[in-house]
Amino acid sequence: MHTIPGRRIILLLFLIFLLLPIYWLVNMSFKTNGEIVSTMTLWPHAPTLANYTRIFTDESWYSGYINSLKYVIINTILSISFALPAAYAFSRYRFLGDKHLFFWLLSNRMAPPAVFALPFFNLYSAIGLFDTPWAVALAHCLFNVPLAVWILEGFVSGVPREIDETAFLDGYSFPKFFIKILVPLIASGIGVAAFFCFMFSWVELLLARTLTSVNAKPISAVMTRTVSASGMDWGLLAAAGVLTIIPGALVIWFVRNYIARGFALGRV
Amino acid sequence: MMDKTVNQKAWFLVLPVFLIVAFSAVLPLMTVVNYSVQDTFGNNQFFWNGVGWFKELLDPSSDLGGRFYASLARNLAFSAIILAIEVPLGILVALSMPRDGWRVAACLVILALPLLIPWNVVGTIWQIFGRPDIGLLGYTLNHMGIDYNYVSNEFDAWATVIVMDVWHWTSLVALLCYAGLKSIPDAYYQAAQIDGASRWAVFRAIQLPKLNRVLLIGVLLRFMDSFMIYTEPFVVTGGGPGNSTTFVSIELVKIALGQFDLGKAAALSLVYNIIVLIVCWIFYTVMTNVGVDHTKREGAV
Repeated sequence: MHTIPGRRIILLLFLIFLLLPIYWLVNMSFKTNGEIVSTMTLWPHAPTLANYTRIFTDESWYSGYINSLKYVIINTILSISFALPAAYAFSRYRFLGDKHLFFWLLSNRMAPPAVFALPFFNLYSAIGLFDTPWAVALAHCLFNVPLAVWILEGFVSGVPREIDETAFLDGYSFPKFFIKILVPLIASGIGVAAFFCFMFSWVELLLARTLTSVNAKPISAVMTRTVSASGMDWGLLAAAGVLTIIPGALVIWFVRNYIARGFALGRV
Repeated sequence: MMDKTVNQKAWFLVLPVFLIVAFSAVLPLMTVVNYSVQDTFGNNQFFWNGVGWFKELLDPSSDLGGRFYASLARNLAFSAIILAIEVPLGILVALSMPRDGWRVAACLVILALPLLIPWNVVGTIWQIFGRPDIGLLGYTLNHMGIDYNYVSNEFDAWATVIVMDVWHWTSLVALLCYAGLKSIPDAYYQAAQIDGASRWAVFRAIQLPKLNRVLLIGVLLRFMDSFMIYTEPFVVTGGGPGNSTTFVSIELVKIALGQFDLGKAAALSLVYNIIVLIVCWIFYTVMTNVGVDHTKREGAV
């Protein structure tokens, strides 16, 4: 009753549709440029690791990954630590303007980054943060802090109120209760929220590219610039692309049951 | 539903979030408002221009207005097409999911994979995949006798951008629907079986009502994200051929960072943002009302 006729075929076709373009990228990353341009081969006939070696040995390439990781990690830490107390407040208390505040947060997740590119450029230049990982990390807080608040709120609401009350009766102060009792109880929620902050900061290009020029250039910008400057080095581009997919693919397993919730701002 | 106590001190817990989001949202928007009413001759000399930029923007006969309306129309058409494909397809995929075991986990992981790829890499993947010389898709199509080239042909460019978006985001709708379907108790299906309900009746009477809420979220997210799409089409087509795939965000970045036309860009930003806010507010109201209806009905039962 639960399923529909022909479901295996539908699902199989869809999964192949999803995997084929990714396979093609992986396939190309193991080919030499000669093989890519001259022949059409479904798998690398002369597999090579040269493209990957080049990325791991050339500083202009691997520094891109390090720069990206820097702002992504700063952003994740900032977002979670700011969002935790707010999530607790939204889950436990009613206060003046709480619903409006919630809507305002939602609207920031929906705001087009293109609108903010130019003002961010001016703002972070003015306060001297331009071309540092901090500029990108703070800019990404625009959509990641609301996201973290919404996901964590769901997890905090899952903790019974009685636990708070018992802790306060036992003489715990609020900060002590927060760190010693609440945080361990919602550890999995913090993991999920951190994963989504990491992910949304990692996939964003427009703001990251606008707010950096040389020193903090993220991998996504390195990919678009270096490649077009030195002619099309398809194999190298493909290898760089594959390397950006890996962080997500590695942790996806751990959050597979929470993915819908994270993408729906905790509203499922 | 847990009863919440009224406590104004909770504001202290929310204050950090309020400040950091206000720093990244309100402060830049003030700059935009400031630019939108001024004109400049360069050298940081600004003078008052009132609503001049807005008049030009909303006047279809001016250059700026023409570009704005054209990109807006393209963007709305794009959003409508991808919603019309992704929502039914997502429901279909969610209904096709296996029931339990390792297959569910494997399917979830593969479904989520496109969602976690950086947006410019999504563009790169399809840029390569669709090329007639080195891409599997372009090569196959051209060898089947279909003349396909997304760089020079408008229709092919649109088709590529749409298929790319379907590839990138259908999984989101599917995952949301799957989460919604999983919340239906088995007893419902058993009751339907006893009644001898057809497969279609089960879908209409049991599954679709449960999916209402998640679909609303799915449509909201997909509409918003497709309305502000920038990176993927920019990488694949660069807004071309001609201007055929120049969506609002691409147009805005062209004006703001390409031509550095601050006034025009700021006016466009504000109008763009207001459209987003209005749509967002409508969805939010509908969403909260659906939630209220739901609890009321369940309470009555």
